[in-house]
Amino acid sequence: MKEIVIKTEKLTKQFGNFIAANEISFEVYKGEIFGFLGANGAGKTTAMRMLCGLSRPTSGNATIAGFDVYRQTEEIKKNIGYMSQKFSLYEDLNILENIRFFGGIYGLSRQEIREKSEKLIDQLGLEMEVKKLVGELPLGWKQKLAFSVAILHEPSIVFLDEPTGGVDPVTRRQFWDLIYEASDRGITIFVTTHYMDEAEYCNRVSMMVDGKIEALDTPGNLKMKYAANSMDGVFYELARGAKRKAD
Amino acid sequence: MKDVVLSNIHKTYKGRDIPALNDVSFETGEGELFGLIGPDGAGKTSLFRILTTLILPDSGCAKVCGKDVVNDYKEIRKIVGYMPGKFSLYQDLSVEENLNFFATVFNTSLKKNYDLIKDIYIQIEPFKKRRAGQLSGGMKQKLALCCALIHKPKVLFLDEPTTGVDAVSRKEFWGMLKALKEQGISILVSTPYMDEADLCDRIALIQNGKIMSIDTPHSITLNYPDPLYAVQSDQMGKLLHDLRNFREIKSCNAFGDYHHISFVSERKETGNELKDYLLKKDHSNIKLNAVAPGIEDCFIQLMDSE
Amino acid sequence: MSLHEVQKEKQIKSKMKQFLSFIKKEFLHVFRDSKTMLMLFGLPIAQITLFGFALTNEIKNSRIVVLDQAKDIASQEIVQKFEAGRQFTLDRTLNNPNQIEEAFRSGNLKLAILIPANFYEDLQHLHEAQIQIISDASDPNTANTLTTYASNILMDYQLELMQNAKLPMSIDTDIRMLYNPELKGATNFVPGVIALVLMLVCVLMTSVSIVREKERGTMEILLVSPFHPFLVILSKAVPYFILSLFNLGVIILMSVFLLDMPFNGPVWLLFAESGLFILTCLSVGLLISNSTKSQAAAMLISLMGMLIPTLLLAGFMFPLENMPWPLQLISNVVPAKWFYIIVKSIMVKGLGFAAIWKETLILFVMTILLLLISYKKFNIRLS
Repeated sequence: MKEIVIKTEKLTKQFGNFIAANEISFEVYKGEIFGFLGANGAGKTTAMRMLCGLSRPTSGNATIAGFDVYRQTEEIKKNIGYMSQKFSLYEDLNILENIRFFGGIYGLSRQEIREKSEKLIDQLGLEMEVKKLVGELPLGWKQKLAFSVAILHEPSIVFLDEPTGGVDPVTRRQFWDLIYEASDRGITIFVTTHYMDEAEYCNRVSMMVDGKIEALDTPGNLKMKYAANSMDGVFYELARGAKRKAD
Repeated sequence: MKDVVLSNIHKTYKGRDIPALNDVSFETGEGELFGLIGPDGAGKTSLFRILTTLILPDSGCAKVCGKDVVNDYKEIRKIVGYMPGKFSLYQDLSVEENLNFFATVFNTSLKKNYDLIKDIYIQIEPFKKRRAGQLSGGMKQKLALCCALIHKPKVLFLDEPTTGVDAVSRKEFWGMLKALKEQGISILVSTPYMDEADLCDRIALIQNGKIMSIDTPHSITLNYPDPLYAVQSDQMGKLLHDLRNFREIKSCNAFGDYHHISFVSERKETGNELKDYLLKKDHSNIKLNAVAPGIEDCFIQLMDSE
Repeated sequence: MSLHEVQKEKQIKSKMKQFLSFIKKEFLHVFRDSKTMLMLFGLPIAQITLFGFALTNEIKNSRIVVLDQAKDIASQEIVQKFEAGRQFTLDRTLNNPNQIEEAFRSGNLKLAILIPANFYEDLQHLHEAQIQIISDASDPNTANTLTTYASNILMDYQLELMQNAKLPMSIDTDIRMLYNPELKGATNFVPGVIALVLMLVCVLMTSVSIVREKERGTMEILLVSPFHPFLVILSKAVPYFILSLFNLGVIILMSVFLLDMPFNGPVWLLFAESGLFILTCLSVGLLISNSTKSQAAAMLISLMGMLIPTLLLAGFMFPLENMPWPLQLISNVVPAKWFYIIVKSIMVKGLGFAAIWKETLILFVMTILLLLISYKKFNIRLS
């Protein structure tokens, strides 16, 4: 029996008359790479905010790393990591300062921060750049660093919101190497992406259409079911039927 | 006549050591749909800004429709259409107000060039009273395209029009570009999505301010130096790792549900040796097929060889 | 008409059309943004209310005590004068200096007046006598206002004495003034508020709205258009010019009808001078927008660089005469200082253009200089 780290039951978020997320139910297992796909405006961001404890659901239930999204949002925040394309690190701090800052926020001891930052810098090959401001790094390096910082405190789940947007193809693959490594260590990866080849790298993929989860399975099964030879085809098949086109 | 001519363009921003553009030269023909393919920070936006007379190159010469970007900037501003990377319309004005405003700025009217934008405008017309800020991503993009087209430009510059847009809207957008091209407008478009390269007449692959390759997408893929194979097994993560440790491997990259590999030397037995090696590493359902390289394979290969 | 002329006329016509559509667009921006609207129309009303009523409202019937150790004609007359005014109510008279502190402690007491023994005799013979005023300074503003009232009463009395006796004599009152020394009222504040509001609206609004175009990327598109970029910016100035004049009308109406502010000079002159001042402010706004990239920076510079100097150095909050000379020198480059003098001269003193041509000239030169600098600094490209 696989250990469940995210469990949602009919999770719903309504803004006035608009149902952004409509009775979403799914489970994510420990160490799994879970792809969360959907067209713009399908409700991905809303759902992700609820799961991170940033937005209170209108109805339904969800537990994240064993904590309730209504009552235990503080515990949730301690046990997850989050990284998005837009904001992740302070551009006007250098690499070490960023690591120390975020380590401090998650309550790591000085000793831990020192050990972890050495390991991380070594792993990313950033020895020469530690004193460089993050703003001066190429985007791909920034994103790899941001991911490493997001899992610095060994969270049970890390949420990645389009982490590789605009990153070059080589660095993009290096980024996925990091994701695999984290997942091997037992960290659950919850990721959204616009690159359909990246959907293939996920263990399971869910497709959101008009606020609902229309499909959830392994990439292989999805391709079979929708008679498509790539995830691109699956996505197109599902998203084409969307009625809603709002951001 | 060549619509866009760049020769030996250099640009380094103040306070930066690395040049944003390093000796960039290329030409695009009349009525061509030319793609500039590269990741963020490759120099695409700098190039667009030089061509639209928004910034000056440090050295080199650039011409749009035979007019120099430095000296004849006023002329160029009359004949090009430009859609910046960020959505740049007035969010507090309605669709109609935005269109009318830009029409007047370009000394024309919605009616005058209606034919050109008709197909796109029809899709947003039902929302013409809605404020631009309240449109969905795809709709905003269509409105921005209409605004850039309203004065019937000779050359259209689109800086990452499909970034952050989902796969369905992206397909739609490329359909619109094709239709525009047929109306005789030259289009220069940039994108970080390698899979969009095939939709262009010719492309330039750009990385770190340098053009790595310019040609038709087909010729670029033909120029891939090695035979390429796709490998699959039941444990894709482990497979990647094991493949990299195989002595004959030259390159190995994940590509969706396959890994693309090339070998150091082309011997007949290498394929079988690899299969044996993988079986020993506990892989099952191993598939190994020759595969035609795509633009992304070429991009990676060019990046690695630089 | 030659073909060339026809073409030229056509060109001018289309330029006008472009310009007008720009202005229309700016008005739409203003009317659709509730924050801008609040700033534009809420601000003058709030300012007038704040400065006009709250800060200068008369304080009535404050309780005072008198310790009259002289008990002579003069001291009794003084006490009577205090009782006669509506500002003070005499709570009681004390006999012993020790009672003063106790009286203050019992609360509600604002002021104590101490008249020493032999007060009248000192006045008669030494031509000089002293009175001490003690005030509850826990509310410094009220305390100061009240001590000013009190010393005014004493001054009046002194004048009366002098007229009767034809002799120089003086009553020393031992008070130091910190705020609002001349007990300024609406007559002093309204011209200041006009300067302040015009400054805020014109500098802040124009600089922020231009920088907003840069921040949102619309400037990029406008630059890549046949429209001359400097016209983009000039067209921003027009709506704010009109709205500022409207604001001016509101302030004047409010101050004349609600605050009984006098308006003695010609109305057209005030509007003409305000027009000039608005131009000055707009050119400051342009200059700021030229050198900043974000709305936040534009706002900060507008506030720090313009609002605060206007408040401190225009002369309507704090008298310039009492300031150290470096500050007095700096105050000369604050446009609001000159405008403040102009408005005061027109509204309060009822003077005509002949009296203010110098200040007008200074503002005019400032405006031309600022416009020249911002035109020079203006970039036809990005950064």
